[in-house]
Amino acid sequence: MRLNNRRDSRNSYIESKGKKLFGIFCISLVLLVTAVISVSLGAASPGFVEAVQVIFSKILPFLGIDPGSKITQFIILELRLPRILLAIIAGAGLAASGATMQGVLRNPLVSSYILGISAAAGFGAALAIALGIGVIGGVGWYLIIVNAFIFSWLAMVMVYGIARLRGVTTETIILAGVAIGYLFSALLSLIQYVAPEYEAVRAVVFWLMGGLNHATWESIMILFPIIILAIVLMVLQAWNINVMSMGEEVAMSLGVTPKRVLTITMVLETLATASIISFTGVIGFICLISPHIARMLIGSDHRFLIPCSSLIGACLLLCSDTVGRLLLQPTEIPVGIVTSLLGVPFFLYILISRRRRIWS
Amino acid sequence: MELRLTINNLSFSYGSSPVLKGVDLAVELGEVLGIVGPNGSGKSTLLKCINRILKTKHNTVFVDGKDINKLNLKELSKIMGYVPQSSLSVFPFTVFDIVMMGRTPYIHWSPSEQDYKIIAETLDFLGLNELAMRHFNELSGGEQQKVMIARALAQQPKILLLDEPTSNLDIKHQLEILYILKNLAQSKYCSIVMAIHDLNIASRFSDKMLMLKKGCIFAAGTPENVLTEENIEAVYGIKAQVTKSIMGKPQVIPLEPLSSNEASETSSRSYLLNIKSR
Repeated sequence: MRLNNRRDSRNSYIESKGKKLFGIFCISLVLLVTAVISVSLGAASPGFVEAVQVIFSKILPFLGIDPGSKITQFIILELRLPRILLAIIAGAGLAASGATMQGVLRNPLVSSYILGISAAAGFGAALAIALGIGVIGGVGWYLIIVNAFIFSWLAMVMVYGIARLRGVTTETIILAGVAIGYLFSALLSLIQYVAPEYEAVRAVVFWLMGGLNHATWESIMILFPIIILAIVLMVLQAWNINVMSMGEEVAMSLGVTPKRVLTITMVLETLATASIISFTGVIGFICLISPHIARMLIGSDHRFLIPCSSLIGACLLLCSDTVGRLLLQPTEIPVGIVTSLLGVPFFLYILISRRRRIWS
Repeated sequence: MELRLTINNLSFSYGSSPVLKGVDLAVELGEVLGIVGPNGSGKSTLLKCINRILKTKHNTVFVDGKDINKLNLKELSKIMGYVPQSSLSVFPFTVFDIVMMGRTPYIHWSPSEQDYKIIAETLDFLGLNELAMRHFNELSGGEQQKVMIARALAQQPKILLLDEPTSNLDIKHQLEILYILKNLAQSKYCSIVMAIHDLNIASRFSDKMLMLKKGCIFAAGTPENVLTEENIEAVYGIKAQVTKSIMGKPQVIPLEPLSSNEASETSSRSYLLNIKSR
């Protein structure tokens, strides 16, 4: 009898692990379907059949499928597809960062912008947009990207430096992050206030709302390897993040150095988040709620939570962007607005309909 | 060779205020050491120093003759387990997940069959089988404490450090947990070092006791040697009567706090009179 019981706890764990993996598989399917639907919808005419034809004619050229007209090809391959891929990469990267930071800082209110990265990136972008000042040379759009990226890292380095003075703990990092965030948003407001032209201020505001409309194959080629690398490295830290959630003292008694885990995750999170928002502007909310939705579905083990959260983030951002493209045709609603408008009711629905208490 | 924990002249301070001053002790395998003392006497700090959560000077804490400062955290975590006073996870982990964390020193990313076996046996030993898939935060205080002990035991430690393992627990859970700890020590599985408030529980379950006062060892030895009326008066500032319990151990009956001076007594009397007259 005792032996049976012993097998039971192991077996029920293996079973629950199987369920988690199945859950992750299902969300991947949802993402795939969403992507296919999204590629066949838009202001221009090409629909599902044309979209599939164009894509297959490119992937499998030997089949001899008719690729359709030049315009159809351009719309699908140069406009819709990069944008969809960017939504997936950006959503995944932001949501993985959010899950990692919530876990390691043991705080459900933390997003991937906790280190003041969004305000700092905004400040960097505003410098470029409104005043034309770049850290490194460059023109136009690239100036904005490089500036936003560099200032994001600056914010992270400042937070880490301040935290080091008092000892790198979750509390010091959160407080230093909030302070640095306020500092950069004040500077950002200052630029908007002194900006010489009204158009420049408008452009800054637009950048801050976030958008995927500048998606190009080039940006995807840059972002894709960075984000994949960052997510893989985050997942490799998952066990340490799990242990950290029982408190720093318990983590140390289990041979894990909290300071080291904090440093590694901060660097990975900044790498992912800074790279993404440099290209897309500040996309909020995804990185906050995706981890929560994932946790409700598959629990808190970060080995499964981080991949699950990133898939959910990809789905949410892709859905939001598709709705934003379609709702007020031919104009677009910035994706940052749609994520919140769609995400909040969805999140509240899950929150209320769940029986179990998720946060204590 | 039997595992032995020794501490030589351990001192520790938070910033400039010293918390521990020149503490010495030795624990053999299979012994239960109970550390008692009033609030702020350095009990928790001593445990954290032993486990290197707080860093101490070289050549103060030794395990089997080895300076713990020369071991890395991972090596140390295979020798010592630590159960803090209270634990709460912000996010929902199952009991199985938490006990699995105890295997951290032995695995990198994914547990092996051997790890699963040890986890299942540990759950079994503590009677937590039925709770394995429940969420930790939904359990009662006593159950949570058992899970934390299971987590530390899954580390397969030779020395188990516990900070107030029975605070906030009902009598039944207190006894259950102390019997588990005593059992572990008597079967020579590991040594137990616990900080504990309840003098009678300490008396009954400890082989050796350590009484701290303001960071110094005031008394050490068997419960009979440590728990005397004089020691309790000097360390806790209370009058107490010490008798023998039916288990043959010293039993402490606290009587009243020593009034430190006449002035405080008269002032408290006039305060009460004032309140009454209103």
